[in-house]
Amino acid sequence: MQLDNLTISQLREKLASGETTSVELTKAFLARIAATDEKVNAFITVCEEEALAAAEAADQRIAAGNAAPLTGIPLAVKDIFNTIDVRTTCGSKILDNYVSPYDATAIAKLREQGAVIIGKLNMDEFAMGSSNENSAAGSVKNPWDLERVPGGSSGGSAASVAAGQALATLGTDTGGSIRQPASHCGVVGLKPTYGRVSRFGVIAYASSLDQVGPVARNVEDCATILGVVAGYDPADSTSVDTPVPDYLATIKDGVKGKKIGLPKEYFIEGLDADVKKAVDAAIETYKSLGAEIVEVSLPHTDYAVACYYLIATAEASSNLARYDGVRFGVRKDEGEGLIGMYQQTRAAGFGDEVKRRIMLGTYALSSGYYDAYYLKAQKVRTLIRQDFLDAFEQVDFMLAPVAPTPAFKIGEKTDDPLQMYLSDIFTIPLNLAGTCGLSLPCGTSSEGLPIGLQLFGKPFAEGEILQAAWAFESATDFGGKLAPL
Amino acid sequence: MDSRYEVVIGLEVHVQLTTKTKIFCGCSKDFGQEPNSQTCPVCLGLPGALPVLNKQVVEYAIKTGLATNHQIAPRSIFARKNYFYPDLPKGYQISQFELPICEHGWLNIETEELGKKKVGITRIHMEEDAGKLIHSDGNSSAVDLNRACTPLLEVVSEPDMRSADEAIAYLKQLHQIVMYLGVCDGNLEEGSFRCDANVSVRLWGQKELGTRAELKNLNSFRFIKQAIEYEVERQIDVIDDGGKVVQETRLFDADAGTTRSMRGKEEAHDYRYFPDPDLVPLVVDHAWVERVRAELPELPEAKLQRYQDELGLTEYDAGVISSERAVAEYFEALVGLHNNAKICANWVMGELSRALNENDIAIADCPVTPDLLAGILNRIADNTISGKIAKKVFEEIWQSGKTADQVIEEKGLKQVTDTGAIEAILDEIIAANQSQFEELKGGKEKLMGFFVGQVMKASKGKANPGMVNQLMQKKLKG
Amino acid sequence: MKISRAEVEHVARLARLALQPEELDAMTGQMDAILGYVDKLNELDTEGIEPTAHAVPMENAFREDAVKPSIGVERAQQNAPETDGSCFKVPKVIE
Repeated sequence: MQLDNLTISQLREKLASGETTSVELTKAFLARIAATDEKVNAFITVCEEEALAAAEAADQRIAAGNAAPLTGIPLAVKDIFNTIDVRTTCGSKILDNYVSPYDATAIAKLREQGAVIIGKLNMDEFAMGSSNENSAAGSVKNPWDLERVPGGSSGGSAASVAAGQALATLGTDTGGSIRQPASHCGVVGLKPTYGRVSRFGVIAYASSLDQVGPVARNVEDCATILGVVAGYDPADSTSVDTPVPDYLATIKDGVKGKKIGLPKEYFIEGLDADVKKAVDAAIETYKSLGAEIVEVSLPHTDYAVACYYLIATAEASSNLARYDGVRFGVRKDEGEGLIGMYQQTRAAGFGDEVKRRIMLGTYALSSGYYDAYYLKAQKVRTLIRQDFLDAFEQVDFMLAPVAPTPAFKIGEKTDDPLQMYLSDIFTIPLNLAGTCGLSLPCGTSSEGLPIGLQLFGKPFAEGEILQAAWAFESATDFGGKLAPL
Repeated sequence: MDSRYEVVIGLEVHVQLTTKTKIFCGCSKDFGQEPNSQTCPVCLGLPGALPVLNKQVVEYAIKTGLATNHQIAPRSIFARKNYFYPDLPKGYQISQFELPICEHGWLNIETEELGKKKVGITRIHMEEDAGKLIHSDGNSSAVDLNRACTPLLEVVSEPDMRSADEAIAYLKQLHQIVMYLGVCDGNLEEGSFRCDANVSVRLWGQKELGTRAELKNLNSFRFIKQAIEYEVERQIDVIDDGGKVVQETRLFDADAGTTRSMRGKEEAHDYRYFPDPDLVPLVVDHAWVERVRAELPELPEAKLQRYQDELGLTEYDAGVISSERAVAEYFEALVGLHNNAKICANWVMGELSRALNENDIAIADCPVTPDLLAGILNRIADNTISGKIAKKVFEEIWQSGKTADQVIEEKGLKQVTDTGAIEAILDEIIAANQSQFEELKGGKEKLMGFFVGQVMKASKGKANPGMVNQLMQKKLKG
Repeated sequence: MKISRAEVEHVARLARLALQPEELDAMTGQMDAILGYVDKLNELDTEGIEPTAHAVPMENAFREDAVKPSIGVERAQQNAPETDGSCFKVPKVIE
């Protein structure tokens, strides 16, 4: 079966008309995974049995005439989501044997719809990384160039979509972890506004920044999935009780008359020439679609990475304290008492980057440094957020590159954590501001690597950026392609 | 007590709340269940689980804060207190640090030695409890997380107390209030009301506080007193020997009556408090505070005063009756049905509490309701029965649940007020005891009681004692 | 130097991470570089600026005091490294 260039709605029609079945679709994706994943390494766990059972149930539901938008649609999710009775590792050795006793809210919502979850996707350990090289399950390879990184931390979520292994996936974005890999893999990724999608059951990295979002081959599929997973959840105190609009209803409304801001701090020297060319061309496209382009300023952009690495690591150092070898996880005990057990379990279970961030965060919160580091960062966060709110007073949404360069080579930045952190310079500010952003393909580099375009929306204006992204996608021919594996 | 030194005591009390569920998840907090049977991803600290605040805990915190004269913070924050311990599933305790829900409270206390004083309360904050560690003899410990995440209020006093007796007076006052409010079951032995005492000594006149020791494992008022008194002596001995008191946690050993250092746990603590990003600010507006204030019951201190001022009880009686809310409520219901408050108080403190104790019954479950008891008291007042017969009636009602009038009627306990009948009995008794009657006439007044007693006995208690007395006087004047 | 090796060792103890000597060396260098970088926040005057905990302003999320079923001992223990009856078993805790 030809799986290219299909949207979820088109598939739904095929399912409804009996032209295909969920079982057939699921088998096709499972076969594609079997054929390609040795190269890509996008999956940590493939849920063949569970998926086929869910597909059969979905086919019955479709036959009974009560299908929901995602009934029978094969999807995969980042291994950060708790999935009941399925191994959930979060890319870490410490959770190597962890089988979750419950479903994350986002997963439960997919299941209610009758979606078929075909597997758990590779990721940087505990979502800490920009290259998916920090995974206990090994690096994910960029399907467009197997020597390059797919981006991270939702590397598996983006690479699997680009490789045709899943129609769409769920990822999480704390500092760019959906948008940056989507950009590097030539797919569409959306980070919703903080509070839009429940974090319940999503293994926490940095609680005040983490947000769940879809990765898909096209804008419409992103909208479909967001429409399902978004919404208030009483189990997440930080989820927001704001109605979920019908994203598909407005997606084709175009950008005519819209004011698009170009934050000048994102168009700096050192921006890769191919990236600049692709983004400039995208700006022209928007002009031709009737949008008005104005320059805006986000003056504190340069401080975002520093701010982020204090806040995120501080929260992470506390969030990761529960991995203590007592109630779950891989324990290492060499008979040196309780503290010895803790220290050995955590030393053996966490990878280098996770240790580094726990250390940095512990230090930032420790006695005598709290004000200078953590509190200072929280105040700078106020300034960064205000930048966005001020800019949104002038424009409907903003446009910027996603990453300073296309996907880099595996191993290129592993020895220099700081350089790695700086590769997230264009995605991090949005998480600190808490608003929504989207990455979609806008070109390819001279080396044939995908380049992404980033749109920043106002708080809870996912509908608007989806609309803008759809307009661009329809007017161009960059997206929807599968990597030639 | 060594007169050269002043004792300084501050108390931290953990009040376990009587909510149905835990503070951040819907698990039941019933005690005595199979270990770990009352747990879920949230209270087990499983990856991805998130806390959601139980609103009832906030209600109880505001209630307790208002009853102890606190200001309720319009905005308060939950913070994480980070440390590793097997009974702490997340590796941090969710508590309140910089912005607690209640601040600047106080309680009035009174002791014989030092009289009345106001004890400041720095703050009350909400937090989750830890689980339980069970220490076995071998080389392992066992963890039960049923108690993990149950709601606590931590009430932190100022270092305002100057003796063990003052500390106890403060604790009893606080204990009484949380029981009155119904926010805590008040059981010290089971740990529902736990106290840590910060104790230090300093020379009289010295401004700065001495180095304090934190005393733990104090699970009765008696132990608290013992532990503080022991610790004060110990610190004075240390100083007198030229040593220095070390800031440390000390465990009270109830068998030895001493405190001992817990250095094992003393590893340099750095709790790295920061606002919990999984929880949102708690905003309590004026309307909320005022609603809770309006719903507060009258507190023991106010009752104590009112019982004296309005009902004419003695301070002692008023104190006994107001000390427990259920007793006070019974008493007030009774006073509403019978207008002699003093008699009501005597019965509640006497016959009623004796029967409750003997039968081990809570006053709320008492078979003799205020209504029934008032029936007895009203019959005493109108001379239908004597006080002595009334006790019999009370017993009957306790068993049968009938009304006083029914019992009096059925058992024929109505007092004899017919002068002729009483006089006839009296005449018989005088005749049978002629010599004593003469002695009485001669001025041996002690014998009056003998004659009255004989008449009561002959009438099976039904003769009205007042009338017997009157008739006797008449006979004597002859 | 923003951070010394001894401080890194102390932080590792707080974080309950056993780090080998060579890991400590590498960690000290990396943390020093990162802390040097984040120092740039001090270029900003944040006097009088309120800290932001959540980017989206939120307050008062409650649940009612109603019992929800627990997951049961078997579920609670399904991932436990070691158990002792219905309890989790840990190396002896000394008090």
